[in-house]
Amino acid sequence: MHRATDRSRRAEQPAEKTPRRLTPAGVLVPALKHAVLIIVALVMIYPLLWMIASSLRPNDEIFTSPGLFVDTFDPSHYPQGWTALSPPFSTYLINSGIVVLGSVIGNLVSCSLAAYAFARLNFRFRTVAFIAMLVAIMLPVHVLIIPQYVIFAQLGWINTYLPLILPKFLATDAFFIFLMVQFIRGIPKELDEAARIDGAGHFRIFGQIMLPLMVPALATTAIFTFIWTWNDFFTQLIFVTKPDLRTVPVALRSFIDAQSISDYGALFAMSIVSLIPLFLVFLFGQRFLLRGIATTGGK
Amino acid sequence: MSALGELRTITKRTGRESAVDKRARTRDSKVAAVFLAPWIVGLLGITVGPMLVSLYLSFTDYNLLQNPNFTGLDNIQRMLGDERLAASLRVTFTYVLVSVPLQLIVALAIAVLLDRGLRALPLYRSIFYLPSLLGSSVAVAVLWRLVFGGEGLLNSFLGLLGIQGPAWVSNPDTALSTLILLHVWTFGSPMVIFLAGLRQIPREFYEAASTDGASRRRQFTSITLPLLSPIIFFNLVLGIIGAFQSFTQAFIISGGSGGPADSTLFFSLYLYQEGFANFRMGYASALAWLLLLIIGAFTALNFWISKFWVFYND
Repeated sequence: MHRATDRSRRAEQPAEKTPRRLTPAGVLVPALKHAVLIIVALVMIYPLLWMIASSLRPNDEIFTSPGLFVDTFDPSHYPQGWTALSPPFSTYLINSGIVVLGSVIGNLVSCSLAAYAFARLNFRFRTVAFIAMLVAIMLPVHVLIIPQYVIFAQLGWINTYLPLILPKFLATDAFFIFLMVQFIRGIPKELDEAARIDGAGHFRIFGQIMLPLMVPALATTAIFTFIWTWNDFFTQLIFVTKPDLRTVPVALRSFIDAQSISDYGALFAMSIVSLIPLFLVFLFGQRFLLRGIATTGGK
Repeated sequence: MSALGELRTITKRTGRESAVDKRARTRDSKVAAVFLAPWIVGLLGITVGPMLVSLYLSFTDYNLLQNPNFTGLDNIQRMLGDERLAASLRVTFTYVLVSVPLQLIVALAIAVLLDRGLRALPLYRSIFYLPSLLGSSVAVAVLWRLVFGGEGLLNSFLGLLGIQGPAWVSNPDTALSTLILLHVWTFGSPMVIFLAGLRQIPREFYEAASTDGASRRRQFTSITLPLLSPIIFFNLVLGIIGAFQSFTQAFIISGGSGGPADSTLFFSLYLYQEGFANFRMGYASALAWLLLLIIGAFTALNFWISKFWVFYND
């Protein structure tokens, strides 16, 4: 918030000093900029809008109408798509919801604990552990997926959500540890020290002082975990094969195969359904999202 | 600071700790063990352990049903004669080397356009950012397949202009380009990072430069680029690491085959086929390690080259 006001003040100052905005170039340059930006923005979101429009058109009109105006309004693709696979689409939404919820809770608990240790505790091998954590952020999942599959298969966990959720409770999304470490470093140490003098142990300081102050970082973590887990296809494709257990991305893929590319409208309709949760998160969590990326640079 | 910046400073930092530090350290170690317990279990059980297993499997023949059979360097020998591997490396390298720089150039250009106190910045930023949220989803891959199909959206537009476009996704010459375009489409996330970086550059630098008569272009190359170079570097390194692992889009658009004619056979897609369709877990492990080595080499190379162009103001 602070930054935004800072910025607008800063941006206005030169305009006050020099009446540049009144010269022809001063009007033309911003107008040109807006023109470029508007064109880029339109080109970028056009396919998404077209997908929405197409999901509301009869199939034979989808590829003959590149426009956005819907001539024949036909919402029947939605109920058709919903029940096209067995079980219906609601099952996949619930399944994805379970995986997302488990992952979010797991990341919040495990990463905040680890982050507190890295940011506030002074322990043996701290530097080595910290480097290991940073390197793990950049490790490709492919090196782990085959042995993980072998191990989880031996434990009988294939076609359960354990391989998808359990790792989150073990802080394997190290990116979020780093994000929270950064955040905790910004909290004044005097707060913990005052609590220590009052006789509070680390667990109380963590639970009663740190966690409430960390809410923005926790929100960022929850939102990113939501988005990444909702979109994750690779691991879900590998660990979940049973039709009843399919998550949304895996179900969409089966949808493409099952429809053998005839009912495009229904495919579009279910694709849109699958994107709605992301839209909602974007709408309500944008502040935390942008801050999360801006401060630590996304993944 | 980014994770990369942190790595950079940590490896430089040296110094002796005081006796007080040491005492505090032993006292904290037990508490830290509790706080870090989940992470330690995860690091050993989910990361390091599987990595070692996968290293071992790289030298075996393993189909999940029988026990792994140690075959020495057979997998490496096989790699050398594997034409699909060569194809997938070609495809992946092309994709990484084209799509990452292209995406960053677009991201930087838009960020610079947006930076100078433009009205409606939050609105533009939201619109540009949205695709990077959706970009890795199966739904967008589905959309891409239909936008760039033979009768897709792009061709209906071209049709209005009287141009008969090819079936972009099912033509080996153009299929990869559609994936590159998809990557560029998700420029919003590096753009947001650039915007944050641009904000850190003091306005006074530009004011001083324009008093001295420096042109806009000169200001960009002499002020913006050098001061932004650590962030460009950060985006580049993470962009390359991410692009090497791309999977979903190629999988959905090609129907899992990496086709047409292996033209979208991303490395991770080939690895998936070998491991989870052909059940050659040993060979797939060897491929995974090859990917790790390639990514590691690229990252090291990037760090080395960065000495010549990244400007750290510390």
